[in-house]
Amino acid sequence: MPPQLKTLIPLFAIFIFLFLLGRYLLVPESFGEQGHYRFNSVAENKDLSLQYAGRDACAECHDDKALEMESDMHAGLSCEICHGPGMVHYDNPKAGQLIIPDQREHCGLCHATNLTRVDKIAQVDLADHNPDQKCIECHNPHLPWEIAE
Amino acid sequence: MEQHYQYLYEMLSQVQGFIYPNELDLQWGLLIVLYPYITGLVAGAFILASLERVFNVKVLKPTYELALLTALAFLLVATMPLVSHLGHPLRAYEILSTPHSTSAMAIFGFVYLWYLMVVLLLEIWFDYRRDMVIWARQEKGFKARIYKILTLGVNDISPKTVKWDDKIGYFITVVGIPSAFLLHGYVGFIFGSIKANPWWSTVMMPVIFLFSAMVSGIALVLFIYMAVSYIRKQKIDMKALDTIAKYLFYILILDFTLEGLDQIHRIYEAEESFEILSLLVHGPLFLTFFIFQIFLGTIIPLIVLGILQFYKPREFTRRVIYLVSSLLVLLGIFFMRWNVVIGGQLFSKSFYGFTDYKIRIAGSEGLLWSMAWIIIPFIILAFLLWLLPPWKKVPAEPA
Ligand code: HEC
Ligand code: HEC
Ligand code: HEC
Ligand code: HEC
Repeated sequence: MPPQLKTLIPLFAIFIFLFLLGRYLLVPESFGEQGHYRFNSVAENKDLSLQYAGRDACAECHDDKALEMESDMHAGLSCEICHGPGMVHYDNPKAGQLIIPDQREHCGLCHATNLTRVDKIAQVDLADHNPDQKCIECHNPHLPWEIAE
Repeated sequence: MEQHYQYLYEMLSQVQGFIYPNELDLQWGLLIVLYPYITGLVAGAFILASLERVFNVKVLKPTYELALLTALAFLLVATMPLVSHLGHPLRAYEILSTPHSTSAMAIFGFVYLWYLMVVLLLEIWFDYRRDMVIWARQEKGFKARIYKILTLGVNDISPKTVKWDDKIGYFITVVGIPSAFLLHGYVGFIFGSIKANPWWSTVMMPVIFLFSAMVSGIALVLFIYMAVSYIRKQKIDMKALDTIAKYLFYILILDFTLEGLDQIHRIYEAEESFEILSLLVHGPLFLTFFIFQIFLGTIIPLIVLGILQFYKPREFTRRVIYLVSSLLVLLGIFFMRWNVVIGGQLFSKSFYGFTDYKIRIAGSEGLLWSMAWIIIPFIILAFLLWLLPPWKKVPAEPA
């Protein structure tokens, strides 16, 4: 055998051994137990706190708002799509900071002119539709057709 | 939260038509453009080197080691753009420790390792072993010690052993050619196999990537050979240069044909995605596709190098032409990668709209980082040329 190979073959064997050793040490515990992932992560994710409470949870206290909403075009919306995640608020109403989205752009996220959704949602041109006032000065956000003049 | 809305509105103003929310921000930016670019340079440079060795193109001898070292310098950083793109770079090893057999990217780690360890390092080692033994005796101090370590203790330079160097090195080059094809074809496969993206998903992708890799690698060696000769104030071997340029010309033709074929196929098929792709190349990609990639990077070098096949001007003029064409080709292939990677993410998978991509200067995904990954291989190459100067190789005694 040529002397080069006498050196290289053991070196490659060592390299492969080190690779396998490293792999053995680095693969985390519970990996592959139930599939190609770390099974312990399931339990870890279960322990994470919830962010969203859901509309029914809001209705437990704000039943007036929930009822109001049901009677108008925003009936299909969830409270938290406008007010942001509310789990903390649900647990302790005094502590949780919720968003009060009173800017025109907020309504525009759904209602601004967008040619690809004309038939999906009522649209207004933000630059054109009563541009000097906030939307909620006229529209009640929970009852959008209750127009305050 | 106000701040978040602010950003959102800013980004929304860059959008045209309808896009899905997760398409707003490009996940793969400049760094991911560099990844196929640099890998391609490696594969191309290696294939040029193997021309000399396997197909016995003797005129290319002056660039053989240079091409190998160039390939090594770029291969060492080939994965770095990927690693610095990761949100958690320190977890990069996981792709090797827990690879998933269905993940194209995970298997790339092994393709890369194979190419680095079994092909490139070994080939260079066998090529330089005899010289390193001699240099270890000539040099003193630190440098001599490095050479001693690099020989791995195989100090035998009897003609019989040197003959083995040559034989095994040849064998490795033969294995190396399909490996180089695999390495870069594989990068093309990573994009070509994404069936949800009509701009990427074509079986031609690996082949196109391969040929563009050869083009860019050959252009790079052409450029580096001229640059190194200039810096060393050595006379350029015009025969070698003319031959490299000839290969560049031929492979550029092949590359252009393949890409043209792919586009013609796409235009004639005119699937439902065709309209948006056509808007894509005429709109956001116009400059990078038609001007940089096709006109500057392909047509001009093709015409100029083509003319040189029939008409040979003075040496100096030829050198200038080679310099400019190699740079143009390098630019063109860079923008070819750009058009693939960035272009594929600019249009919405709803086929109804576009998002936008703006390069940031600083930051992990920014311009400065990317430039660093382009410059570092040249520094590595300078070091390799200092350590293993091809021009100081001791010619073998005639047997
Ligand atoms: C346990 C009862 C309770 C539940 C459940 C509850 N809230 Fe409240 N919420 C309150 C109380 C009490 C206040 C008044 C707090 C204050 O004035 O500081 C309030 C205030 C608010 C405000 C006005 C905050 C402000 O800064 O003016 C909003 C908006 C609101 N809640 C939305 C929600 C939403 C959305 C949910 C569902 C995720 C929800 N609430 C669930 C009790 C509740
Ligand atoms: C379309 C977005 C939107 C949705 C959906 C929405 N809200 Fe509101 N909400 C607002 C806005 C905007 C205000 C601020 C109104 C104002 O300042 O006059 C507000 C104010 C409130 C307030 C404070 C009331 C007050 O008069 O100060 C409460 C409580 C509230 N919302 C609860 C709810 C609950 C409960 C739901 C779900 C049943 C809900 N909201 C759904 C946009 C919305
Ligand atoms: C999360 C998306 C969303 C937001 C934010 C939102 N809306 Fe709506 N809005 C809807 C949907 C969905 C409908 C019912 C479907 C439709 O318009 O055809 C609707 C209906 C309406 C309508 C009645 C349109 C009709 O066709 O009769 C008005 C008026 C309206 N919204 C005003 C507002 C105002 C004012 C705001 C801001 C406070 C707002 N909306 C914020 C989703 C939204
Ligand atoms: C000056 C009061 C006023 C303000 C401010 C205002 N609106 Fe209106 N909006 C109206 C009135 C009145 C109507 C019904 C008549 C009409 O269509 O113009 C209406 C109609 C609408 C409609 C239904 C359009 C349709 O085609 O059915 C939507 C959606 C709407 N507004 C959204 C908004 C949004 C979003 C804003 C804030 C950007 C806003 N409005 C601000 C008074 C107002």
